[in-house]
Amino acid sequence: MNDKISFIIDDREIKAKKGQTILAAAQEAGIYIPRLCSKEGLSPFGSCRVCTVLVNGRAQASCTQPVAQGIVVENSSEKVFQIRKQIIEMLFIEGNHFCMFCEKSGNCELQALAYRFGILAPSLPFMFPEKDIDASHPDVFIDRNRCVLCGRCVRASRELDGKHVFQFVGRGPERRIAVNASADLKNTELESSDKAVEICPVGAIIRKRVGFKIPVGKRLYDHEPIGSDIEKACT
Amino acid sequence: MDKPKIATAALTGCFGCHMSILDIDDRILKLIELVDFNKSPINDIKEFTTRCRIGIVEGACATEENVEVLKDFRKHCDTLIALGDCAVMGGINAMRNTIPLKECLEEAYLNGPSVYNPEKKIPGDREIPLLLDRVYTCSEVVKIDFKLPGCPPSADTIWTALVALLENRPLELPYELIKYD
Repeated sequence: MNDKISFIIDDREIKAKKGQTILAAAQEAGIYIPRLCSKEGLSPFGSCRVCTVLVNGRAQASCTQPVAQGIVVENSSEKVFQIRKQIIEMLFIEGNHFCMFCEKSGNCELQALAYRFGILAPSLPFMFPEKDIDASHPDVFIDRNRCVLCGRCVRASRELDGKHVFQFVGRGPERRIAVNASADLKNTELESSDKAVEICPVGAIIRKRVGFKIPVGKRLYDHEPIGSDIEKACT
Repeated sequence: MDKPKIATAALTGCFGCHMSILDIDDRILKLIELVDFNKSPINDIKEFTTRCRIGIVEGACATEENVEVLKDFRKHCDTLIALGDCAVMGGINAMRNTIPLKECLEEAYLNGPSVYNPEKKIPGDREIPLLLDRVYTCSEVVKIDFKLPGCPPSADTIWTALVALLENRPLELPYELIKYD
């Protein structure tokens, strides 16, 4: 019992295992903390900050921050809501997210987060950055217009597929997903069945020839907000 | 008492959002009880004849004429709604924002694989509205009071928003009425 600790999240006391992240502990208790770069089965990364909570009043990424005895976590206050909402809005304006023709629309986690937060439109001006596409691979393409730099593909390729197909290059606004090959995606070991492909939360890495197969109304987030499954699991 | 007036316009877009307005089905009978239409392609009134309570604009600003129309709407409408993805974020039109205008025109009129243009002329008649350097969202040009995303926004979304505005209620859309596609 020594490794059990307890902490407070939104006025509720929950138990957690030592070393667990706040996000994972909350999830076990049926509390959904919105997230984008974090994915079960992958090592924590902490790049998107959508899972920001206030820990004893300080902003922390709950996907990387371990629980500690007695901490007080704010997950559903107005302040936290506004921080997350602005992060989501920034992700939209920093890329070129054309939901109207994106294969991922309806199953996209970024879009689903925006729906969950009731965002009608970002409050910041769109940047329309210049991004490129790599369609060289016969079964998969990369559209960097839609990439949110979550690094899921980087980790999944390394940790789940045992390959090192993707990596980040560049800094700041120049940061982008690159492939580990002399030239393009077709020169890598990537196969369309790789976990690194399906794990993309947005439409940046897409399997060819399967887009729009699921009709509108039957897609993942058409009727229920993202995170509903976690919230339902414990009620 | 006079009914509140509504005006609508389509800037650069596909007219799909206007189709979606018509898609409210028999509620259109209720709508004409609630409001009078002023300048709108629905009744073909070309110019504002009075001040309007609500202006609904679909489409993005891609030409000089679009900017003029949008400013005219701002001048004549108390509340201005940007309807649909083009008005809100530029939509498909905004795909050209990462490509210089000259390149776009050359691709469309000179170099495109299916182009037949023996005179090698890019249209430049004065009657044709001048294209802007890039596509602007409505809120980059004038103040927009409400943005309704969607391609197009569903009839239910439009109806819910319109009725809320006419009844002076805050605009609260349920989960399933906020869609970007």
